Amino acid sequence: MAKVLMKGNEAIALAAIKGGCDAFFGYPITPQNEVPEYLAKYMNEHGKVFVQAESEVAAINMVYGAAGAGARVLTSSSSPGIALKQEGITYLAGSQLPCVICSVMRGGPGLGSIQPSQGDYNQATRGGGNGDYHVIVFAPETIQETIDTMKESFDIADYYRNPVMILVDGLIGQMMESVDFDRPVKQRFLPPKDWAANGTKNHPGRRNVINSLYLEPKELEDHNLRLAKKYALVMQNETRYEMINMEDPDYVIVAYGTMSRVARSAIEILEQAKLKVGIIRPISLWPFPKQAFDQIGENCKGILVTEMSLGQMLQDVQISNRGRHPIAFYGRSGGVVPEPEEIVSAVQNFEKWRVE
Amino acid sequence: MPKGRLTFDYEKCKGCGVCVAFCPVKILYLDKSTLNKAGYNLIRVTDEEKCIGCATCGLMCPDSVITVEVMK
Amino acid sequence: MDYEVKYQKSKVLTDNPLSYCPGCTHGIIHKLVAESLEELGVIDHTVGIASVGCSVFSYQFFNADMEQAAHGRACAVATGVKRIHPDNVVFTYQGDGDLASIGIAETIHAANRGENITVIFVNNAIYGMTGGQMAPTSLIGQKTTTSPFGRDSHLHGNPIKVSEMLQHLDGVAYLERVSVHNPANVRKAKKAIKKAFEYQIQKKGFTLIEVLSTCPVNWGKTPVDAMKWVEESMIPVFPLKLFKDAGEQHE
Repeated sequence: MAKVLMKGNEAIALAAIKGGCDAFFGYPITPQNEVPEYLAKYMNEHGKVFVQAESEVAAINMVYGAAGAGARVLTSSSSPGIALKQEGITYLAGSQLPCVICSVMRGGPGLGSIQPSQGDYNQATRGGGNGDYHVIVFAPETIQETIDTMKESFDIADYYRNPVMILVDGLIGQMMESVDFDRPVKQRFLPPKDWAANGTKNHPGRRNVINSLYLEPKELEDHNLRLAKKYALVMQNETRYEMINMEDPDYVIVAYGTMSRVARSAIEILEQAKLKVGIIRPISLWPFPKQAFDQIGENCKGILVTEMSLGQMLQDVQISNRGRHPIAFYGRSGGVVPEPEEIVSAVQNFEKWRVE
Repeated sequence: MPKGRLTFDYEKCKGCGVCVAFCPVKILYLDKSTLNKAGYNLIRVTDEEKCIGCATCGLMCPDSVITVEVMK
Repeated sequence: MDYEVKYQKSKVLTDNPLSYCPGCTHGIIHKLVAESLEELGVIDHTVGIASVGCSVFSYQFFNADMEQAAHGRACAVATGVKRIHPDNVVFTYQGDGDLASIGIAETIHAANRGENITVIFVNNAIYGMTGGQMAPTSLIGQKTTTSPFGRDSHLHGNPIKVSEMLQHLDGVAYLERVSVHNPANVRKAKKAIKKAFEYQIQKKGFTLIEVLSTCPVNWGKTPVDAMKWVEESMIPVFPLKLFKDAGEQHE
């Protein structure tokens, strides 16, 4: 398919279809409404499942049902709606069910705003559900990267039998870019879903039960250890990041999604001001790319973390940095998107924004 | 020969007494002198001859303990 | 003289002993569901949804593929399964806490969408698994661990009439309230449950059977007295009734 100009949210929807999505369950919430709107039309036309649920809580549990029945399932929402889905997400992880969850972040906390934000980093990477579980979280920077990540996410979810989250913000969801939907996706061996609850006639001699309840502590511990092994595999294979302009920089900016785009403009301005600044761009937020911080050159005078929040990814950077470099933080919240010039001045006045 | 014949899956019995209450010919009772592995008293039949094979006991047993056969 | 079997355990029930208290009528209701599925010959393409409450372990008792749903979300989970496998028989098995309290929205909207699923709604007017708290269906004056002086409508509202509410939704194809407190009613309940599954198979829409049930331990009664309490106290508040039978209008 040739290049086409498309809005982020609609690209997310079409990319899911290209990724083999069988079913979508969602609920209206700005700024992601175009995802269900696009799919409402498309899915019915192609004999696939689309349900607008009565709430995000119902939607994520429909995802649980359909995923447990062996389908490739997408749901999308925004910050407050993702908050409502947390219980369902831990059930999905606990029952080892694959699905893709798209979160289009908006200002918080509470009802917050409908402007873009990155204030859900902790919600996404730490999870609001109970127990030791993880969601594999990708934060694409462009609509093209969102498409490629979305298509691959269905395979990743199936491969690891775990929820995968695509974390973008209202800006990426609402803007338009020219994109190509036919870029190849990494091939993975995906075993058949013989564990699915779809009727014993499909797997004679065995009953499939989708469940996360283990009243016997030792059994639940063994289950947790199985999940832990899986997460270790994810950390080994799915950690993703991009190093931009990182050949012995004076400063390093750490930013993802929309903020890494703002940072790209900022380092060009800084280049003219004779300041060599690189960017570490996490693409997977969980697993967080710790190893990127082992590749920072000695001459680096400091790391500036910038996020549309009051500092959430900051903690992961502090952990990964292990005290090796000074750290500063510059963030805007509430839906305010910083200008590149603000990042430029933050780097130039590093000490003013220093936190460590 | 009694019209009906009962067999009990004693280990599943919880001694709840529902069958005893609903047996129309009152031939079932809880044998206080016996216990199954779970510690429940077992269902016994007083007079098997009187069983009319109505299967009410089987119908009302929550734990499917009782199989009822009737004369062909 | 030889004998033939008149009554035996359904093959749709597994060998696992039921986890219910002695005399709890959950056991009877499980049998009626199992026998219906067995007689309709659909067990190999049935998916049951276990809810959260005393019947959370129903996924160990039905010989079908099962999914265990979060508390209150069985109707949503069932929607997900049914939409993916429209030719499968899908049922939920829920108590009054699960369906009428935390899950009331999912229940109403599944009904309103006319989801082609069968909901077995076990109403025993109490939270059993957690030790006897007041449920939305607890009766006025009923003492529970969270209504120690008896349910008081000024404080706790009145017993919620789920079937009376749902009957007005067009998506509902078959809706009946039955009981299992004596043999005659057990037989009637079986007919209703089997008919609900038949309507599902004929894709008539949402079917729900509300089954009045006992909780001897938390009601503080013997199993047999508990069944009397259903008749004397519950039925006046929750009359046994056929609320809706969409099939009738068609024939």
